Amino acid sequence: MHSFRFEPSPLPPETAEMRAQVRNFLNENLADYPSALRARSWAGYDAEFSAKVGQAGFLGLTYPEEYGGHGRTAFERYVMLEEMLAAGAPVSAHWIADRQSGPLILKFGTEEMKRRVVPAIARGEAFFCIGMSEPDSGSDLASIRTKATRTDGGWLINGTKVWTSGAHLVHYMIALVRTDPNAERKHDGMSQILIDLRNTDGISIRPIKNLAGEEHFNECVFEDAFVPEENLIGAEGGGWQQVMAELGFERSGPERYMSSYQLIFELLNEVSKDTSATGAAAVGRLVAHLATLRNMSITVAAKLQAGEDPALDGSVVKELGTLFEQSVPVIAHQTFDEEPSLDQGGDFGQTLAYTTQAAPSFSLRGGTREILRGIIARGLGLR
Amino acid sequence: MSGDSELRTILGDQVNRLLADRVGKNELESAETGASQQALWQAIEENGLPSVLVPEDQGGVGGGWDEAEVVIRAAGKYQAPVPLVENILAGWLLSHAGLEMPLGMTSLAPVRANEALSLVRSGGGYRITGEATRVPWGRSVGQLAVFCRCDGDPFVALVPKAAWRVMLEDRNIAAEPRDTLHFDGMVSAAGALPAAIDPDHLYAFGALARASQIAGALESVLENTVQYANDRTQFGKPIGKFQAVQQELARMAGEVAAAGAAVEAASRAADRRQNDALFELAVAKIRASEAASIVAGITHQTHGAMGFTYEHTLHFATRRLWSWRAEFGSETYWAEALGRSLAAKGALALWPGLVDRV
Repeated sequence: MHSFRFEPSPLPPETAEMRAQVRNFLNENLADYPSALRARSWAGYDAEFSAKVGQAGFLGLTYPEEYGGHGRTAFERYVMLEEMLAAGAPVSAHWIADRQSGPLILKFGTEEMKRRVVPAIARGEAFFCIGMSEPDSGSDLASIRTKATRTDGGWLINGTKVWTSGAHLVHYMIALVRTDPNAERKHDGMSQILIDLRNTDGISIRPIKNLAGEEHFNECVFEDAFVPEENLIGAEGGGWQQVMAELGFERSGPERYMSSYQLIFELLNEVSKDTSATGAAAVGRLVAHLATLRNMSITVAAKLQAGEDPALDGSVVKELGTLFEQSVPVIAHQTFDEEPSLDQGGDFGQTLAYTTQAAPSFSLRGGTREILRGIIARGLGLR
Repeated sequence: MSGDSELRTILGDQVNRLLADRVGKNELESAETGASQQALWQAIEENGLPSVLVPEDQGGVGGGWDEAEVVIRAAGKYQAPVPLVENILAGWLLSHAGLEMPLGMTSLAPVRANEALSLVRSGGGYRITGEATRVPWGRSVGQLAVFCRCDGDPFVALVPKAAWRVMLEDRNIAAEPRDTLHFDGMVSAAGALPAAIDPDHLYAFGALARASQIAGALESVLENTVQYANDRTQFGKPIGKFQAVQQELARMAGEVAAAGAAVEAASRAADRRQNDALFELAVAKIRASEAASIVAGITHQTHGAMGFTYEHTLHFATRRLWSWRAEFGSETYWAEALGRSLAAKGALALWPGLVDRV
């Protein structure tokens, strides 16, 4: 059985400088940003802001300098991320690229691809989306059907990807596609491929409204979309292993427990005005969870920095983190007699209205709760 | 990545081996009938475990809270039916007042947030008066480390059994003694406490100790529940092969991990920040107490009717979880205290304050 110990791992002192720099940047660029927008957390999209983040040198922090990165530690990157999230900065444009596309290309991409794409990610100019899910393939990712067929000088892509956040806005998709339809095991025969969404014919992107009426995610239909040979990432047929490694980057970061932070802030603000026993206990409980999750998540960052594989620990953080994030709007609702409104509410009411509607996605994106618990159960030796 | 001290590793090996050998179903059952656990206690004492927080120059092991945590957690994991944890707290309290901790089972009082005892000079010594409720192992111990006030100043007194009467023999849910004691008698020794240690701190360190015991008990529950799920067969296969069961045990593992992380973080903070660790101590008790409820529920559901019997050993852990989550302040008590201090500082101070803790 896996040890579920999360040994405390304090942030090293050099992170203080990074924290100060990020706070200065946020003070300069986000001073009057309203609470209701901060509540969008890492779903807030602002390409101009992302370019500024890149210019300030906060993207590609851990990438090697020769590819436009900054050669910093996982801890410094952690601090940059958590400060951005605590401020509710609109980071969604660059989030996927910085978090997983850049590292994936650095690990598996060709030298040419690294030089072509990674520096632009670090500058905050190249944004990515994730092409994994399909209409009939959600948690059962290995059942994807979108296929890439060899043609002169490249591949023809056919099929449909869904829930691709930002596909209507970003530059690239890294798609998981089937390159060998005759592979014996369904986990084989898949590959990852870089698709230039803005300069490729045969791609139609249709936004899908979410329950709050917003358009973040999309359906992307590929009809004989031509992708050049050199855009294959890693080994042909190695897509499944690469995707599993990629998801590992996704699961333990601060965005897995900070999505409701702005509502905690507004709740505390209300409790500060008039402190009842109920209000104080609600805030105290939430902050106890927040502090514990932060420590656990930093422990995972320390394992990443040490070159260990924290996939299982990351799953524990995401499992606990999303439970916590989803508990925040419920507790906020139960603490104050407030009818939330996106339009007329004060900061608390608006933030509550937004977070209440966003919350169901927290335990769906990046691997559902059920999938994560399955991974943990395997760690317990039950599977 | 291990940042464990050598002392922590040694103590951990020692205490886990000793308690695994010595505490089983027979000992736990006999303890519930009130039988003396003197042999177990002697083995514990010979290993120096009760004095883990007593400095070396006072004859102790000289560990910090990080080292104490590994001992206290083991006491929780094996549900050792002796006042080891109370003794560790007593040693810590006595050493802060420059008093030596004697051999023999020692507990501490008061353990309730609103109780106070008085010390007055009398002859060449001190007389203690007052009443304390829910004193852990009150009837079983030979002496108590008592926090009290002398002319308004904080003192610690080492109080012999002769100075109290047991007014009420009470128990917690797990049948651990929690007695009401009436004090009126001469103390063996007394010393002034540094002003930094007030009743709030005493209570908070008691909460950390209970949280660490909970973390230990949760570890044993997780191990035993996984074992049971692998052993128990229904519909032709181990119940642990069913996704419905796997999902619940995964939820349990998360809670166990979180409680463990919270008490380890608090123990290290107590060493690093000394008397400025109230935040982390509160967090640990809130998180561990909450986990106790969730994990106890899941383990009983998984164990079915078997686990609801006295015959099965599961209840030795779960009845303690239900007791310890309430002792030295429930999660609601500490959440309110933490919430009030956060509210006083205001929302803008929340994030800078949180990251400043590490």
